[in-house]
Amino acid sequence: MKMAEWEEVERILKKYSTKEDLIPVLEDLQEEFGYLSEEMLERAAKKLNVPFVTVSGVATFYSSFRLTPRGKYHIQICRGTACHIFRSDKLLTYFEKKLGIKAGGVTPDGKFSLVPVNCIGACAKAPAMMINEKVYGNLTEEKIDKILSELK
Amino acid sequence: MKQISEILDVEKGKKELEQDRITVGVATCGISAGADKTLEKLKTAGLSLLVEGVGCAGSCYAEPIVTVKQNGLLSIYGYVTEDKADKLIESIRNSQVCEEMLLGHKLEDIEFYKKQLRIVMKNCGFINGLSLEQYAANGGFTGLANALKLQPSQLIEEVKRSKLRGRGGAGFLTGMKWGFLAAKQGRKFIVCNGDEGDPGAFMNRTVMESDPFSIIEGMIIASYATGAKEGIIYTRTEYPLAIKTIEKALVMLKDKGLLGKSILGVEGFDFDIILKKGAGAFVCGEETALIASVMGKRGHPRFRPPYPADKGVYDCPTNINNVGTLANISKILAMGVDEYIKIGTEKTKGTKDICLTGKVKRTGIVEVPMGTKLREIIFDAGGGPVEGTNFKAVQIGGPSGGCLTEADLDLPLDYEPLQNAGAIMGSGGMVVINDESCMVNVAKYFTAFTRSESCGKCTPCREGNTRMNEILDRITKGLGTEQDIKKLKLLAEYIRDNSLCNLGKTAPNPVLSTIAKFPEEYDAHIKEKRCPSKVCIELLKYIINEKCTGCGACARVCPTNAITGRIKERHVIEQAKCIKCGNCYDICAFNAIDRK
Amino acid sequence: MPRKKKEQTVNPVVQKVKIFLNDEEIMVDPNNYLIDIADEHGIKIPHFCMHERLERTAACRLCVVEVEMRGNRIITTSCSTKPAEGMKVYTHTPRLLEARRINLELLLANHDLNCPTCPSNLNCKLQRYASELMIEQSRFTGVKRDVPVDDSSVSIVRNDNRCILCGRCVRMCNDVQTVHAIGFQKRGFDTIITPALDYPMDKSACVNCGQCVIVCPTGALSEKPGVQHVIDALNSGKMLIAQTAPSIRATLGECFGMEPGTNVTGKMVSALRKIGFEKVFDTDLGADITIIEEATEFIKRFKENRDLPLITTCCPAWIKFGEQFFFEELNHMSTCRSPQAILASLIKTYYAENIGKKPEDIILVDIMPCTAKKYEIQRPEFVKEADYVLTTVELGKLIKQMNIDFEKLPDSEFDNPLGESTGAGVIFGRSGGVMEAALRTAADWLEGKSLEKIEYKGIRGMETMKEATLTLAGKEVRICVVHTLGEARKLLEQIKQGKSPYHFIEIMACYGGCIGGGGQPRPTNKEILLKRMDAINKEDKRKKFRKSHENPSALKIYAEYLGEFGGERAHKLLHTSYSKKPYK
Repeated sequence: MKMAEWEEVERILKKYSTKEDLIPVLEDLQEEFGYLSEEMLERAAKKLNVPFVTVSGVATFYSSFRLTPRGKYHIQICRGTACHIFRSDKLLTYFEKKLGIKAGGVTPDGKFSLVPVNCIGACAKAPAMMINEKVYGNLTEEKIDKILSELK
Repeated sequence: MKQISEILDVEKGKKELEQDRITVGVATCGISAGADKTLEKLKTAGLSLLVEGVGCAGSCYAEPIVTVKQNGLLSIYGYVTEDKADKLIESIRNSQVCEEMLLGHKLEDIEFYKKQLRIVMKNCGFINGLSLEQYAANGGFTGLANALKLQPSQLIEEVKRSKLRGRGGAGFLTGMKWGFLAAKQGRKFIVCNGDEGDPGAFMNRTVMESDPFSIIEGMIIASYATGAKEGIIYTRTEYPLAIKTIEKALVMLKDKGLLGKSILGVEGFDFDIILKKGAGAFVCGEETALIASVMGKRGHPRFRPPYPADKGVYDCPTNINNVGTLANISKILAMGVDEYIKIGTEKTKGTKDICLTGKVKRTGIVEVPMGTKLREIIFDAGGGPVEGTNFKAVQIGGPSGGCLTEADLDLPLDYEPLQNAGAIMGSGGMVVINDESCMVNVAKYFTAFTRSESCGKCTPCREGNTRMNEILDRITKGLGTEQDIKKLKLLAEYIRDNSLCNLGKTAPNPVLSTIAKFPEEYDAHIKEKRCPSKVCIELLKYIINEKCTGCGACARVCPTNAITGRIKERHVIEQAKCIKCGNCYDICAFNAIDRK
Repeated sequence: MPRKKKEQTVNPVVQKVKIFLNDEEIMVDPNNYLIDIADEHGIKIPHFCMHERLERTAACRLCVVEVEMRGNRIITTSCSTKPAEGMKVYTHTPRLLEARRINLELLLANHDLNCPTCPSNLNCKLQRYASELMIEQSRFTGVKRDVPVDDSSVSIVRNDNRCILCGRCVRMCNDVQTVHAIGFQKRGFDTIITPALDYPMDKSACVNCGQCVIVCPTGALSEKPGVQHVIDALNSGKMLIAQTAPSIRATLGECFGMEPGTNVTGKMVSALRKIGFEKVFDTDLGADITIIEEATEFIKRFKENRDLPLITTCCPAWIKFGEQFFFEELNHMSTCRSPQAILASLIKTYYAENIGKKPEDIILVDIMPCTAKKYEIQRPEFVKEADYVLTTVELGKLIKQMNIDFEKLPDSEFDNPLGESTGAGVIFGRSGGVMEAALRTAADWLEGKSLEKIEYKGIRGMETMKEATLTLAGKEVRICVVHTLGEARKLLEQIKQGKSPYHFIEIMACYGGCIGGGGQPRPTNKEILLKRMDAINKEDKRKKFRKSHENPSALKIYAEYLGEFGGERAHKLLHTSYSKKPYK
């Protein structure tokens, strides 16, 4: 890890002190870096005085934590019920084909990563997805093409 | 004790709400339809009216929603996407109503709202959710003021009298729960459960984004009633906008002394709230798993007793209420319990905000009195199934719920009747399923969900759901046997009776209810190797019929070169090569491809 | 602060409640769980996840019973449900039998079904229950967990394909031992018990204590096999020597179905000879020498008031624990080697020289109660000494492999000169024994006379933390005995903060001491441990000499070879050093 990144990790950790803070710490680290590296998990473990195996147990339990870097644009395809009824599985396949990666993967240029996620609560606009924190609804293949072409 | 009007400029809020202005619904649904861009356009159009972002009024189907109050006349517009915004701006400049996009001049004009009674949703889409002044001007904090006129014990009696039942799904009486916590001494907690993990439910998200103060006011009232001085709002990381909104709302309330020490100047009335984010685990909606998650651990439920009321957060007595429950509280105490109990059924009072989604014409949040018939929700508010299709089922209650059919549609919306019919109220998500969906596939979908969302702690849920999912997967691939239905029932009942927590106990419901209500669909898959809804691709067969003109379009889109034939002659599909992608079916302009 | 002795309060009279257990009316204590009540009434309800020393989780759902209250009849787990007035409890209705069958079938569907080649074959709860419920085959099939076996550790093999996720090992490692080597990772069907981020065991914080192995109901966790090495060594043409740890004599019989607590010293020695060991020595002699050195060390430190409290270091799991988590406190650890390492050192030096053999021509096999001893002999400072460690369980298997009818064996004696021991050496096998043995010697030396007092009953028994204050030569000596590493951690935290009131501490990683070691026969529970402990104490009583410094053989070795107690040669051969150990 680079010096600047270390400092950033320390800055985030400074805000927290107890073992109950583990999930917020991991969330903040992931928000900053896009994923959780082994070094970050170790630092969090030391700082909060939580055993490393417990930290890794938590990091692998919750589906929003990633242990590998994500793309600049993190595409999350909703797999809620309404989206399923609207065949979100086909959209996922479309993305896989279009980006040339499997669900869970990252494009070689690091631009896109693709994951199916639990219901994002945009059911009335199914099928829906979230790219980073922005939600897109009523998706079609054409709409996806347009959205992707706008992402630089 | 200070009055709200001493702290907040209620008059300013009143003025803002009454004056001419333009609002755009920019909650998650709206944004997903491009409302943020519409708002930007309206803001930069140089109009003389105040342009404000508000929450979601629930009519998600017509997003982006814009309301214009001009010269005292309110017009509600729908489908105002960025490209259509120019037209609307033009009309506003000319002080005209833009008929093309007009939904109505008041909510009651609009079909979607005719049967609705909005209590929880009252402010949503009407006020700027982060304006304390507008909130107060529209009746906010009246409930708190009324609560503070009572002794805590009297307040709990009032809540008991309202017969408010937990809106998280179990329907336990809120007043009773508060009573348990009030009886405890020492450090104790009020937790707001905003971990709305049910796929198909987003009413909590909507209220958190559109009317956050109403939830927090409910918590402040709960604190006063029970003596808990610490509060936690637990919500999902999948709801970034809700998280930001709640964070801002908490800061504003602390700023005004409505949270923290001596609230409203009342000596000893201290209450503070922190926000905790879940990190992606459906099981954390379960109380004991939620507590584990708040404590920074894996979200494993634990056996009860001890109940959270005895041992919860930091092992202290804890009361957990759903977002909807708390949002109701502030409204009930504002309108008065006497008024409130006039609404609803004998056993269940008030309203329920239902998330109506799926293959229905009008999707969104429908808030209706308890006891409203399901048919009224789906057909009157929702407009029935989408054009050209037939209603098949409605899935109620998410992964813990079940499917109901046409025959059940005259059931009243209430906890017990739904449960008796094989579904549950749950958080109130209703996904309408038409004849384009396969019920075996739906059951498979839910078992896939519980398979990945099971925490893995107890054997029945961890192993059993996986096996149910595998059996259903086999059936949808044409590999099912008649033994499989027996096995599914055996497993489903076993998981239901033997699991540790309610996630496991209710996980078989979608399987059991589809087997009970749609046996013919299972039969078709198992005995005839056929998917009547043509969803299960392994069971499909594409055949070119005599209408083929030999245009060759199908052959060009076939990824496996399974289609051959001479130009202007009937083509054929080589079944062994066909991967059933459906490209040919979609592209054929002559209806020359049969899908069986 | 010395812990206050628990006050003997008179239990308030418990208002019993009436329940119907399988229709039989009984009065029961409402604070007990149904599974324990049933047990008292002769019904053993099957279970995996529950363990007497671990917090209950109700995770395995095998102990289900039907409970009827106010007309409501539900299935619930008996390990987590308490009785209430008028409750009807049924423990084996057809519905329950079917539920248990499905439970087991689900586990079997996701289990490596190669039972004959499993280390826990015939000693596996899953196998036993499946057999009792006459399961022919699982009705459920599908994907199975298929992960590589982790045999990176020198002590413990982890085969997750046999894991039923009952979580006993996790609670043992995390809650009781506070080692945190393994934990639940991932979730749902993918849940797995591993070290952090899938690191192999040898990189984890594992201290090799093997308490996870002791509580594992299946063959997911087992000791690293060493039997084949020994069989190979039998044909190596080299001289084979065995040494047996103090506790083996009290537990080995259980491998052959003998009653726990049966002393089998003589048969054990005979069996080892039959297997092909030329000499069978007694680690108890090593223990006596440990005491001579440690008592010398203690008295020196006590008089100089330096590096106190002194902590015993016979337990290799505790040593690694200290080196990982409390490396700044290593000065408190006795530099004395463990009895195993002392005897190994003497066999490869003193004894080899005596019989005119090169040490490399001798193969020394240690019979130990302990998986961590497999780790200890591989520590760089000890590599040239003991060659192999077999656990009690492994020795049992080797004896069976050699077709030896153990129960019919005659008794025979250890070989000399390294076979003579005192009662003090024997009690090393149980918690409190090292401390008691050290006191027997240190007290005599400090007082300058042979004291009548031999037994220190205050530090005996199964309590995990025992303390006492003695007056020796007019001075107060405060001692403490703990077993389990969670208790050790508390004492080390005290020391770290400079608040330890003690002068002398005994730490054993395993519950009950070595009789509860990770290599001991399963099951190991409190009832069995008490019997093993009793056998050890009886053996102590029978011994002609009961103080280490009276052991004639030990004294002879000092006179002939080692020189002074705590002297230069003794230091070279009998002491060691410790260093910080990294872990993930």
